[in-house]
Amino acid sequence: MSAPPRGTAAGIDPAAPGAEDAVIPPTVALHAPTGRSWRAFLEPLAVLLIGAAWMLYVENSDLDSIEERSLKPDYVWQKTWEHIELTVVSTVVVLAIAIPLGILLSRVWARPATPFVLAVANIGQSAPAIGVVVLLAVIFGIGFWTTVVALVAYGVLPALRNTMVGLQQVDPTLIDAGRGIGMSPAMVLARVELPLATPVILAGIRTTLVLMVGTASIASFISGGGLGDLITTGVSTQRNPVLLTGCVLIALLALLIDWLGGMATRLLAPKGL
Amino acid sequence: MSDADPAPASGATSAASAAVTGDAAGADAARGNRGGIQLINVTKRYPGQSVPAVDDVTMTVPSGEIVVLLGPSGSGKTTMMRLINRLIEPTSGKIIVAGQDALGLNPVELRRHIGYVIQNAGLFPHMTVATNIGLVPQMLKWDKDRIAARVDELLELVDLDPATFRGRYPRELSGGQQQRVGVARALAADPPAMLMDEPFGAVDPITREHLQDSLLRLQEELGKTIVFVTHDIDEALKLGDRIAILDKGSRIAQYATPQEILLHPADDYVEQFIGGGQAMRLLKFSRVADVPLQQVPEARPEDDAAAVRDRIAAGSTAFAIVLDERRRPVRWIHPEDLDGVTGPIGTRGMPTATPIRARNTLQQALESLIQIDHETVPVVGPRGVYRGTVTLATLQNAIRDMKERTRARRRGADAT
Repeated sequence: MSAPPRGTAAGIDPAAPGAEDAVIPPTVALHAPTGRSWRAFLEPLAVLLIGAAWMLYVENSDLDSIEERSLKPDYVWQKTWEHIELTVVSTVVVLAIAIPLGILLSRVWARPATPFVLAVANIGQSAPAIGVVVLLAVIFGIGFWTTVVALVAYGVLPALRNTMVGLQQVDPTLIDAGRGIGMSPAMVLARVELPLATPVILAGIRTTLVLMVGTASIASFISGGGLGDLITTGVSTQRNPVLLTGCVLIALLALLIDWLGGMATRLLAPKGL
Repeated sequence: MSDADPAPASGATSAASAAVTGDAAGADAARGNRGGIQLINVTKRYPGQSVPAVDDVTMTVPSGEIVVLLGPSGSGKTTMMRLINRLIEPTSGKIIVAGQDALGLNPVELRRHIGYVIQNAGLFPHMTVATNIGLVPQMLKWDKDRIAARVDELLELVDLDPATFRGRYPRELSGGQQQRVGVARALAADPPAMLMDEPFGAVDPITREHLQDSLLRLQEELGKTIVFVTHDIDEALKLGDRIAILDKGSRIAQYATPQEILLHPADDYVEQFIGGGQAMRLLKFSRVADVPLQQVPEARPEDDAAAVRDRIAAGSTAFAIVLDERRRPVRWIHPEDLDGVTGPIGTRGMPTATPIRARNTLQQALESLIQIDHETVPVVGPRGVYRGTVTLATLQNAIRDMKERTRARRRGADAT
């Protein structure tokens, strides 16, 4: 058949190697590290190095007894781990609520409910997190799970919005094409809408994660644990090394988690987009 | 079959569509109505709108034909097409696809058996070409090997090399290639009928011509029942076996063959819609082979000059044509060229212009006639064999004849 000449005329080299090579031209790869490039791992490496260097510096400087107690490596590690737990658990809960809700609200029959749900989510976001956490502590008592509830109330909106926007921006002609060739509504959702919305939904997850890392510091006000404890200790005892260690570690953790989110966005997004 | 068609309501429509449903039924019977589509008194009314989008339409799409729904935007042509695969549910009426009552079937199941092609192809960007094409067979639970074989077969059919294209993503294809894949996807499960909604509307004119030619070639091979929506009159005339010209509310202003529409617009609306230049369009859609050619005296290089002179004198033209041993036209010869010549005429005379092929359109013939200084151009059939000659006057007569014949036929139809 006469296909190859026509292909050439249209500007696509039929002898081009694999499809993937064509998707990412080498010049682009230089500037935007992909999951397969070693450059992608420079950022987390730098973060870990800075963290280690900071800890070495702090441990080896002159510390009084309060500082020494608050900056013991075991203790700092425990707080870091609590912080990660808070972040991950609240993010998982946020996603478990926001993504199904976002899908539901993007169905034609549920559109009228959208403003109400968004208003509620807006309240959670706009109320100061610190006020919410204290109020909830009064209601539910102090501890880890109360903090998670407060974080979830705070973090639902970005994830929900991104899910809805992601689904709304799917080209309606593609949905029409899916229906037209005989896909059931569930198939259109699973095979067309969700895959095409994935990049935006993933971006929402990334935002949520970073938001959670920062906000999880307030857990220390209601004995929820986490790196916030270092900050409150540092402030109340006027020990700057303790305060700074808390701040530096939270910032580095946020960078690390943002990097992880970025990698997930790159690797999980469907090919061909 | 024809007695199942209730007479349409409006006056102008009834004459045209009654005639059409009559011979459409005949064509259907001959083909056993494999994939014909019928709309019977179909109405679509959107809530809150006083005027129905589709108002009591009755129409038969004969099996194996391309029927073009042609109309300006807002004429409801897309709505009408989407009623057939129930992307839009009709308010009332009956729709029959391939002998089955479409409204009695599960709409999802129904759509898997009607091909669907839209503007810009509507390929899913996150799936490879092969996955896109294989979607419907996959939904119909074909096994993997059968789907893979079918995908390759279809890519060949639409002139794309399977090895090159099956693994590509849509954005790595040009617009024309995407549309070819779109057509392949619609054909995947070999449906009897296909709906095409302005499929070639967003590609450049040259690619569009290519795609139209490919579709016609495919159709010769496959004989699907195709409902094709467009607002481009030239596309409609080129592709349609029949054209339905739609007015507001999907009123069918005329439903007839392209020639009939060009020669005899049913009413002012149709006339206005197809616009001026009908004669030019006729030239574009009629072939030289359909026109009575002018015959001129023939001669061979070895013929005697005196004999040729006599032949020219006896003929109606002032010259003769010299043919070679395989009857291909070579030269014109005038009596002046032969003044004082005795014996064979040899290579005297004037070389002819590049001949016109019998399967060229009249427009192409006209173009050659305008470009050359000679008034007459030879016409050749397969292998360049001489068939006759054509002049501007020949074309003029041909168009006049076409008009006469249709007028006569219309008078006959009205009388009965």
